[in-house]
Amino acid sequence: MSSHSIPQSRYITCDANEAVASVAYRLNELIAIYPITPSSAMAESCDEWMAQGVKNLWGQIPRVVQLQSEGGVAGAVHGGLLGGALTTTFTASQGLLLMIPNLYKIAGELLPFTCHVSARALAAQGLSIFGDHQDVMACRATGVTLLCSNSGQEAHDLALIAHTASYRARVPFIHFFDGFRTSHEVSKLALLSDDDLRAVIDETDIAAFRGRAMTPDRPTLRGTAQNPDVYFQGREAVNPFYARLPQIVQETMDRFARVTGRAYHLFDYYGHPEADRVLIAMGSSIETIGETVAWANARGEKTGVIAVRLFLPFHLPAFLAALPKTVQSIGVLDRTKEPGAIGEPLYLNVLGALAEGRHPLAGSPRVVGGRYGLGSKEFTPGMVRAVLANLAAACPRNHFTIGITDDVSGTSLPWDLEFDLEAADVRRCVFVGLGADGTVGANKNSIKIIGEQTENFAQGYFVYDSKKSGSMTTSHLRFGPRPVRAPYLIRHADFVACSQFSFVGRTDVLGFAAPGATVLVNSPYDAAATWQKLPREWQETLIAKQLKLYVIDATQVAQASGMGRRTNTVLQTCFFALSGVLPKDEAIKQIKKAIAKTYGRKGEQVVKMNYAAVDAALAALHEVAIPATPAATAIVSVPPSFGHAPEFVQKVTARLLANEGDLMPVSAMPLDGCWPTGTARFEKRNIALEIPVWDASICIQCNKCALVCPHAAIRPKFYANAELAGAPEGFQSTAFRAKEFPDHRYTLQVAPEDCTGCSICVQVCPAKDKSNPRHKAIDMVAQEPRLESERANWDFFMKLPDPDRARLDASTVKGTQFMVPLIEFSGACAGCGETPYLKLLTQLVGDRLIIANATGCSSIYGGNLPTTPYCSNRDGRGPTWANSLFEDNAEFGYGLHLAAEQRSRTARELLQRLASELPEALVTGLLAGGKGDEAAVAAQRERVKALKSVLVGSTHLDAARLLTLADELVTKSVWIIGGDGWAYDIGFGGLDHVLASGANVKVLVLDTEVYSNTGGQSSKATPLSAVAKFAAGGKGTAKKDLGLMAMQYGHVYVARIAFGAKDSQTVTALREAEAHDGPALVIAYSHCIAHGFPLHLGLEQQKLAVDSGYWPLFRYDPKLAAAGEVALKLDSAPPKIDLARFTANETRFGILQNVAPDRAAELAGQAQAYVRRHYSLYQQLAAPVAPPPAPASAPASDNRSSSAAS
Amino acid sequence: MNLSTDYLGLKLRTPFVIGASPFCESTAVARQLQDGGAGALVMRSLFEEQIDAESRALVHHLETPADSNPEALSYFPQFSEYLLSPERYLGQIADLKRALTIPVIASLNGTRPGGWTDYARRFEQAGADAIELNLYQLVTDAATTADSVESEMVETVRQVVRSVQVPVAVKISPFHTSPAQFVTALEGAGAKGVVLFNRFYQPDFNIEEMVVSPQLALSDRSELLLRLRWLAIISPQMRGSLAATGGVHTTTDVVKALLAGAHTVQLVSVLLRHGPRFLTTLVNGLQDWLREHEYQSLDQLRGAMSHRRCPDPAAFERANYIRILQSWRV
Repeated sequence: MSSHSIPQSRYITCDANEAVASVAYRLNELIAIYPITPSSAMAESCDEWMAQGVKNLWGQIPRVVQLQSEGGVAGAVHGGLLGGALTTTFTASQGLLLMIPNLYKIAGELLPFTCHVSARALAAQGLSIFGDHQDVMACRATGVTLLCSNSGQEAHDLALIAHTASYRARVPFIHFFDGFRTSHEVSKLALLSDDDLRAVIDETDIAAFRGRAMTPDRPTLRGTAQNPDVYFQGREAVNPFYARLPQIVQETMDRFARVTGRAYHLFDYYGHPEADRVLIAMGSSIETIGETVAWANARGEKTGVIAVRLFLPFHLPAFLAALPKTVQSIGVLDRTKEPGAIGEPLYLNVLGALAEGRHPLAGSPRVVGGRYGLGSKEFTPGMVRAVLANLAAACPRNHFTIGITDDVSGTSLPWDLEFDLEAADVRRCVFVGLGADGTVGANKNSIKIIGEQTENFAQGYFVYDSKKSGSMTTSHLRFGPRPVRAPYLIRHADFVACSQFSFVGRTDVLGFAAPGATVLVNSPYDAAATWQKLPREWQETLIAKQLKLYVIDATQVAQASGMGRRTNTVLQTCFFALSGVLPKDEAIKQIKKAIAKTYGRKGEQVVKMNYAAVDAALAALHEVAIPATPAATAIVSVPPSFGHAPEFVQKVTARLLANEGDLMPVSAMPLDGCWPTGTARFEKRNIALEIPVWDASICIQCNKCALVCPHAAIRPKFYANAELAGAPEGFQSTAFRAKEFPDHRYTLQVAPEDCTGCSICVQVCPAKDKSNPRHKAIDMVAQEPRLESERANWDFFMKLPDPDRARLDASTVKGTQFMVPLIEFSGACAGCGETPYLKLLTQLVGDRLIIANATGCSSIYGGNLPTTPYCSNRDGRGPTWANSLFEDNAEFGYGLHLAAEQRSRTARELLQRLASELPEALVTGLLAGGKGDEAAVAAQRERVKALKSVLVGSTHLDAARLLTLADELVTKSVWIIGGDGWAYDIGFGGLDHVLASGANVKVLVLDTEVYSNTGGQSSKATPLSAVAKFAAGGKGTAKKDLGLMAMQYGHVYVARIAFGAKDSQTVTALREAEAHDGPALVIAYSHCIAHGFPLHLGLEQQKLAVDSGYWPLFRYDPKLAAAGEVALKLDSAPPKIDLARFTANETRFGILQNVAPDRAAELAGQAQAYVRRHYSLYQQLAAPVAPPPAPASAPASDNRSSSAAS
Repeated sequence: MNLSTDYLGLKLRTPFVIGASPFCESTAVARQLQDGGAGALVMRSLFEEQIDAESRALVHHLETPADSNPEALSYFPQFSEYLLSPERYLGQIADLKRALTIPVIASLNGTRPGGWTDYARRFEQAGADAIELNLYQLVTDAATTADSVESEMVETVRQVVRSVQVPVAVKISPFHTSPAQFVTALEGAGAKGVVLFNRFYQPDFNIEEMVVSPQLALSDRSELLLRLRWLAIISPQMRGSLAATGGVHTTTDVVKALLAGAHTVQLVSVLLRHGPRFLTTLVNGLQDWLREHEYQSLDQLRGAMSHRRCPDPAAFERANYIRILQSWRV
C-alpha cells in the first residue's frame, strides 16, 4: 500500500508476473527457467523478449535457458552466480522445493541473486495449483531472504529492491507474491523505466559481484568437505551479512522511494495510531485487511495492520517500532500450514520477537495466530472482521482458521458471508463466459483500455473451472478513481454479462448481480422471446432485484462478421455501451484502436472482421421489458438429481458440482486424500452443440469410433435379442455381424450429455452411404433435439449386459472396444489425443490395473476434482490411480510395483504353507495361474473364489491372512503414465533407472511433444523446427529418441505407436508390452491443442506424421532377440510424403514462417533431412543381421551348431 | 540473334518468361534462370484466400484455446511482429528486385473485386515491374450467369489497373464462351496483356475411399494445341501483349507459340521436370531455329501463323472439326 503519486510515471496494465519479469529481465544476464504454475508466465515473457532481441540494462540480450527441472535450474543458477553472471529465475510450489538443496549452497557461498516466486500451495493430500505461502515457508532454513509483495505494483517495485539489495548484502533473495491472486491479477501500475532501474541499482555492488567470478586467472576452490574442526565455525561466518541485511534492504527501499515516490519499509503499519487490536500478515491479504481496518476505524474502532515485507531476516527493532504502543491484542495471520508446530511461522516470529525484544509496553499484548487462504481460498473483509472480533473477545481463539468451517477440530471462526466492503466509486463487473469464446481476452482488453486510456484504475481477476476445455470462465473487473484494493472476488456487481445462453438456468449468473444492476445476456432469441425462455427463478430474481436486462444475439453478429463463435468483441462493445465507463463513441474508438493494436500485425482481415463486429453490435442490442410478475409459462429449472448415486456423490460430489465446495466442512473431506473413483458419470456437462447420430444401416461395426473417442462417450455393445425387451422407443439396434454370436443385436450408442462434440468419431468412420458418401454411419447432428431420447437410450444401453470378455478377441480393435472402458467423461480437451490410449489400456487390463500418474494433463483430467473419470466394472474392479509428484513418477510406480509384488509373494507363500489343508488341484492351479489372457485371468479369479470359500471356514491364522490377500493371486499390472515433460525431462533419471532395474513395470508416455498442461513449453520431446514456449525462436535441436535409449538396454520392450495412423499396431503394442516379462516403454503420439490445429483432424495428422517418417511406428521385443531374431520391427513404411505435408497443417511449425521466415526455412530443411536420416537408422536396426562368419578352421557341422546358437 | 521482345510495355531480352512457380522463392535459383536466358520472371501467386484465411487461421489457432484453463492461458509464445504470407511476398519481391536485372512480375490470384486487390498496389510499391492477375473462378452456383461472372472479372481488372502504374496482365481460363470478346473487354478495362491459359488442376476420385483426390500434374505438350488455336485467333484482334502458358516444352513449341502470336512463352513444367538449366537449351534452340530458318527477329516471326495470316484459317474454325471427324474410317 504504497503511495501512487508519481506524476512522471508511465502507467501500464498488466499482471504481476509480467511486471516482475520486466524488472528481472532488464537486471540480469542469465535466466534459467522451467515451467510451473503460476510462475510460468514470467519465464515465458523472458524467453519471448530474448527471441525478440530485447536488451537488458547493460545493452545485452540476456540468455534465457531452459533446464530439465527446477533442480536443474537451481544448479545452473548456482553455477551462473559463481561464474559471475547476473542470474535469476522464477518458480513456485514443488519447483521451489526442488531448488532447496542448492539454495543452501547459494546462501552458504554468499551468492547474491533473486528468485521470484508466485507463491503456491504444496502437494499434500492433493495437489493445488493455487496460492498460499507453503512453498516459500519451506525455504526458511536455507539462508535465503524472504521478501513479500502485496500487489502487482509492489511486486514490480520490490523486484528491483530485491535484486539491488541482494548484490549489496551478498545474500540470496526469494521475492514472493501470492500465486494467482497477485501473479495473475491484472491491474494498472506505474512502470519502472530503465532510468529508474539505473538510479536504484548500484553498479559498484555489481562490479564487486562480477569481480568474485570463478576463473582460472584467479584460482579458488569452493565446496570443500569440512570436518568437525571447522564446519561449525564456517557456518557462523556469514552472520554479519545477515545482521546488516535488514538495514541494506531499508536503505534500498529509501533510495527507491527517492527515485519513484513510492515508499516501502520492512514493516509498514496502517491503521489507527493508537490501535488496541493489530493484525499482522503478508501478501495480498494486506490490502483486504487494510481496507477493512480503515472501515472499522471510521466507525470508531481502533485497529491496525502490519504488512510484513521482509519476513526473513525478521528485524526485531523495525518490527517493534512498527507496532503501536497501545496494542493489546495481536492477531497473526499465516497463509500456510505446519502440522504439529506450535504455530505457523509468522506467528512464531511475532511471539519470538515480542519475547526477545522484551516489549516495553505496559503489559504484554495477547498474541493469537490463525491460518487463512490456503490454496487460494477466498479472504474477504467479512473474514477480517471476524478475526478482529476474535481479538476483541475476552478469550480470543488461538490457532484459529478463517474461511472454512472446521467441524472436526473446531478451529474455525464464523464470519459474515454477506458483509461487503466495496467502495461506492468503484464499478464492479462480472462476466460469465466459455473458455473458447474469448470473454477473458476481451476483458483483459477492456481493462487495458480503461486503465491506459482513462484516469481510472482497474483490476481484473479471472476464474476458470477445472476442465481442460469447454470450461466456464468468470471475469471479475473493478474500475475506480483510486487504486483498487480488493483482492477478492466480486459478489455484488453493477454489471453482469453472460456470453452463453446455455448457462441460463444452469449457473447462478444473477447471483453476482447487485440490486439494480445491468445484466447482458447473449441470447439467440429476441427480447420478448428471451423473457419467455428464461427459467422462473431467473425471472423472479430479475424482478426482485430490479435488474435491467439486455440481450443481443452476439453469436449471430459474430458469425455475420466472420468471427465464428468468438463473441468477445461484440459483447465488449455492448459492455462499454451499457456500463458508461467511457462515452459510447470514445469507447468504440478505443476498442477499435485496441483491435488494431492486437491484430494489426496478424492480418488486416482480422482487424476488419472485428471492426465489423463492433459496428454491428449496438444495433443488435435490445433491452428486455421486465414485467411485474414472472410469465405463467416460465419453466422451473430442475436441479440435477443424484438420487441413484452412491452416498459420497450425493453428500460431497453433488455439492461440489453445485459450486458449494467453499461451504463444505472439514468433516466432509476424505482424511487422507483418497477419493472414490467413477464419479464423472454423475456430472452431466452437456457441452456438445452437436453429437454423433448412428445410422445402423450403413455401419460396418468396426468400432473405430469407440476407439478414438477421447471421452468414452460413444460405445458399442452386442447382446442377445431378448435383451431388447423394454427398450425405449427409438433405441437403435441391428443384427450383430459375427458368426459365433447368432441371434445377437449390435448397438452403437452415444452418451449425449457426456460427449464433447469433437467429431473425431465421424472423422474415423470408414462406412459411407454408397449413394451419398458424404453421409456416414455416424454424422454430427444438433444435440438439443435429441437430448431426451438419447439420454433414455444411453440409460437403457448401460443396463444391457456387457459381453463376456473371455469370448472377445482382444487382439483386434473391434474386440477391444466391446470391453468396458474404465476411464470415462474426463475433463480432457474435446478431441484429446491422449485419452484414447488410456481408455484402451483400461479396456485391456483395467480390472487389475495400478496406475502411477505423473503430474501433467493426464493427472489433471485423471484426477481433478470435483469428479473422477477412472471407474470400475460391474464387479467393482477397476484402475486404482495415484499421482505422487511430477519428477518422481517412475520411482513412485516402481514402489507400487514392488509392493504389489510383495503382496503377491506373501499370498503365494501362505498358499504353499496351507497347501496340505487345501484341494491339491486348486493350489496347483492357483500357483501356476494368475496371468495370461482373459480366459486365464477369468479361470484364476474362479480359483480365487473357490479358495476364499474354503478359507472362510478355516480357523488357521494363515488362512485369515490369506483370505485378505487371495485376490493378489491374480497378477496386477502396474503402469507408469505421464507426458513427455516427465519422461523426457524432469523424470528421465528415475525412468531410466526403473527401466534399467528390469522390474516388470510398464511405462506409457503420452507424448504431446510439449508441456501441454502448463501451456505448451518446450521439452526434449519437442521436435526440431517447432515453435513452443521456451523455444520461441524454433527448436534448434532434434527430439530426443527416448525409445532408442531404452532399446539399448536390450531387456526393455519398446514401442512407438500412433492410434490415428495404425490402430491395430497400437493394440498389439499395448498387449505385447503388458505380456512382456520385464519393463516396457510405450511412446504414444498424442495430438494436442498445443499443436495449433483443429483437433477433429488429429487422426489425419497422425497419419501424416507416420507417412512422412516423422513418427516411425515400431516394436522392439527383447524376446525376439533372445530367439536370435531381429528384435526391432518397423511397423510403418519408409517416408512416402515430404515432412512439410505434415508440418504445414500445424501452427507450431507454421508460426515460425510468420515471424522468422529464414530461420523457418533453415530449420525445416534440417528437420526434413533429420527425418530421413532417422528413419534410415531404424531401417538399419530392423534389417536382418547376417550370422557372423564362421571361424575358417571350424568344421562344417560346428558351423551349423554355432549358427543355430547365435 | 536478337531475341528481345516487348511484353506489357516491358522490353524483355528473350521471350522466355518463368511462369508463376516455386522458382522465384529462391533468389539464387531466380538468378540462375536469369543467367540462363530468362526474359522475366513471374512470382508464385498470392491467393485472395491466403490474404484472408491465413490471418484468420493464425488468430483462431492462437486465441481459441487461450484463456480457458488457469494453468495454460495460452499455448504459443507471443510475438510482437508477424510476417504473414502477404508480407513475406512483398519482401520476396524486394529481394528478387535486388538480385535480378530482368523484370519481376508479381502474381495475384483471386475471383471477385475486393480488398485483396489492394495488394497489387503494394506489389508495385515493393518493386514489381508488372502485375499478373490470375482470374481463377469456379462457378458452382446454378443461378450465376456467365455474364455476371465475366462482368465481375472485368471489374476486378479495372480495380487493379486503376490502383497501379505498372502494367497488368490477366491470366484467364480457356472456358469462356467468346474468349476473343472477353480479351477485348479486359483490354478495355486496362489490361496490357493476356496470358493464355490457366491450367486447372482437375480433381480425381479415389473409388476405394470414395473421396475426391486433388491432383497436381505437370503439363504436357498436348496442352499447347488449345493455346495455339486461341493465340492465333486472338492475336490479330488484340493491341496488347500475349503470353502462352501451358504445354511449352520444346523449341518447336516455343516457335509455334510465337508463330501463333505470343509475345512470350511461360515455362514451368518443363523446368520443373528438367531443371532450371534446361532453359539455356530452349534459348539456344530458338536461336538455332531462327538462324536456320533465316529469321532476323522475333517480330518477323510473331503471328505468322495467326488466324489472319496463316494459309488455312479454316483450320482454326468449326470446319476443321468437321473435316477431322470425317477423316475417320472404321
